[in-house]
Amino acid sequence: MSLITYREAIRHALAEELTRDANVVVLGEEVAQFNGAYKVTEGLLEKFGPSRIVDTPISEAGFIGMGLGASMLGVRPVMELMFWSFYSVAFDQILNNAANVRYMSGGQINCPIVIRGPANGGTNVGATHSHTPENVLANHPGVKVIVPSTPADAKGLLKSAIRDNDPCFFLENTVLYGNIGEVPEGDILIPLGLADVKRAGTDLTIVTYGRCVLHSLAAADLLEKEHDISVEVVDLRTIRPLDIDTVLASVTKTHRVLIVEEQKPFSSVGSQLAYMIQREAFDELDGPIHRLATVDAPAIYSPPVETEQLPNPQRILTAALAALE
Amino acid sequence: MPLVSQPAASISDQPAVIPPARPSPAASAPINTALAPTAKIALLRTMVRIRRFEERSLRAYQAKKIGGFLHLYIGQEAVAVGCCSLMGKNDHVITAYRDHGHALGVGMEMNPLMAELYGKSTGCSKGKGGSMHFFAPDKNYWGGHGIVGGQIPLGVGLAYGIKYKGLKGAAMAFMGDGAVNQGAVHESYNLAALWSLPCVFVIENNGYSMGTSQARSSAGELARRAEGYGMAHGVIDGHDLYAVRAGMDAYLRAAREQSKPAVVEIRTYRYRGHSVADPDSTYRSKAEIEEYRRTKDPIQVFQNSLLAEGVLTAALAEQIDNEARAEADVSADFAEASPYPTPADIQSDVYWEADNPSQRKSQGRLFFD
Ligand SMILES: Cc1ncc(C[n+]2csc(CCOP(=O)(O)OP(=O)(O)O)c2C)c(N)n1
Ligand SMILES: [Mg+2]
Repeated sequence: MSLITYREAIRHALAEELTRDANVVVLGEEVAQFNGAYKVTEGLLEKFGPSRIVDTPISEAGFIGMGLGASMLGVRPVMELMFWSFYSVAFDQILNNAANVRYMSGGQINCPIVIRGPANGGTNVGATHSHTPENVLANHPGVKVIVPSTPADAKGLLKSAIRDNDPCFFLENTVLYGNIGEVPEGDILIPLGLADVKRAGTDLTIVTYGRCVLHSLAAADLLEKEHDISVEVVDLRTIRPLDIDTVLASVTKTHRVLIVEEQKPFSSVGSQLAYMIQREAFDELDGPIHRLATVDAPAIYSPPVETEQLPNPQRILTAALAALE
Repeated sequence: MPLVSQPAASISDQPAVIPPARPSPAASAPINTALAPTAKIALLRTMVRIRRFEERSLRAYQAKKIGGFLHLYIGQEAVAVGCCSLMGKNDHVITAYRDHGHALGVGMEMNPLMAELYGKSTGCSKGKGGSMHFFAPDKNYWGGHGIVGGQIPLGVGLAYGIKYKGLKGAAMAFMGDGAVNQGAVHESYNLAALWSLPCVFVIENNGYSMGTSQARSSAGELARRAEGYGMAHGVIDGHDLYAVRAGMDAYLRAAREQSKPAVVEIRTYRYRGHSVADPDSTYRSKAEIEEYRRTKDPIQVFQNSLLAEGVLTAALAEQIDNEARAEADVSADFAEASPYPTPADIQSDVYWEADNPSQRKSQGRLFFD
């Protein structure tokens, strides 16, 4: 085990995969000479050289599409979006080309590409830079969507994503980059599609992912101390493939569900989860499924108000109590 | 010289050496000789106000009064002020996230701008937009846009609107040297040229897109890409406000009078990092920045020209500077004293219908939880 940051965990995954497989290349804006806008790729240019760590112009549609094309020939590009918010510039490449090429070619072509970068609010960068597109991405069969909450998960899941033969979209979080956690040494892979129970409990299941896992754990501590309520926190880790079995096992134990997500509520990941839980575990539920999401509006800039727009431990605590009524 | 007599505070952007006073060659262009001395002083004042406003905002950022990004325009003042000074009533402006200079250039007041940076409800966007999203449609200023290149199709749309309504006006669509590589920009060039729309695309070439120099991001010469679309193009010295006015005047006239689009590259330089968060240590030398400050500072260049013309005195320059500093301080006090929006404000300004319920025509729920 070593104690490293979420940022370092991602960097180590990149470095290990670059070392292991000569087909892996890293491309994106400011990833090389500038060491990454969020310093995730720091030092990689020096170590792997300019043919493997490549600075691109600000042309998301062009360079994401280029990475896809190269992946059809067996290159394994790991593309950085400085923010996932900029995916919309490359929407056609991501959702028409990446998601559909395999299908339309009758399975003859596959695209082993990874697109990674931060996708989160909470840093007061306003509506254009605070998108959380995991639901939009996961709406497209053919792609995989990963949202890690801890350094260990970030490393193990990114390594799996790079070795995966389907397009993998890896959504990080600028607020988590500096978080420190235990990460196992060596070539440890975490399979895509495996949820993780981050806290065991008996009274309420919180299903969540990404930064909201940490908020939920904080809320669970408060619920335990102040209300004597035992909360189980299930971290999905990947949105598609979705580990519904782990979710259902927890629901069978607690019979109460709160979904927490840093998503706008309409047609979110939580909407899909709620449908599946009621469909497959209706008789296990002692009450309606509750959900806490981002307040339904574009991301507000004003720093103290943005905190209230997003899920936070206090809002989760209130929602948990409501779910237990 | 007032602009250099200040102690060299760490965040004050001053040229270290005063170049000898000389009039700018572009001062004799008709669009510039037409300016009354008071109008020239007003242009200087706007540039100084931009600089002092931004220096004050930087201090507020360092004091954690401002969140998110803060992209400073310091060093580029002559571009926005020169271009905006040419605006007639049917001319419109749109730009990217480095938008404070254009905002003051079109005549917005400091108070609502500073309050926006502080995230207060008295801000120009009620604290909802932040630094990258200043707007003043009443001043023909359409923002303030965070996605690189995303504003350029909107600029073409402003030009389309001007033409459709039969007005004699022009849209100025500003972008950086990095934005030219977005597909949307090329599509916009084609639309403007194909339909002969009165759009002047202004590339503010400050040499870098974040940490990437022009040479590392762009093939060929930036403005010459217009040739492929049969559009006029040119390059202007953006350190000299007179040159900006003289150069842009011709393109704006062609747009207003003949509905001709153009691509104009204005060469400029930013002194500060890409945003306040940029350590500015990997892609250019301190000596390069110093050289620009020393020899090409747009405020200094214009001030020298006005001194040589006898329009400005050292005492007046000092007064302008002091007033700009005081105005910036007042705006910070105003912002500080203003209230934040409340959580209840999060869901206003999303739908016109929701904000005007008495005139609602549609059915069904607009918001979800
Ligand atoms: C589509 C998109 N990609 C990337 C970014 C991140 N980003 C913001 S500004 C910037 C550099 C732009 O440089 P340039 O166009 O030269 O403008 P300048 O900052 O120099 O004014 C980048 C990469 C963004 N905001 N939008
Ligand atoms: Mg630039």
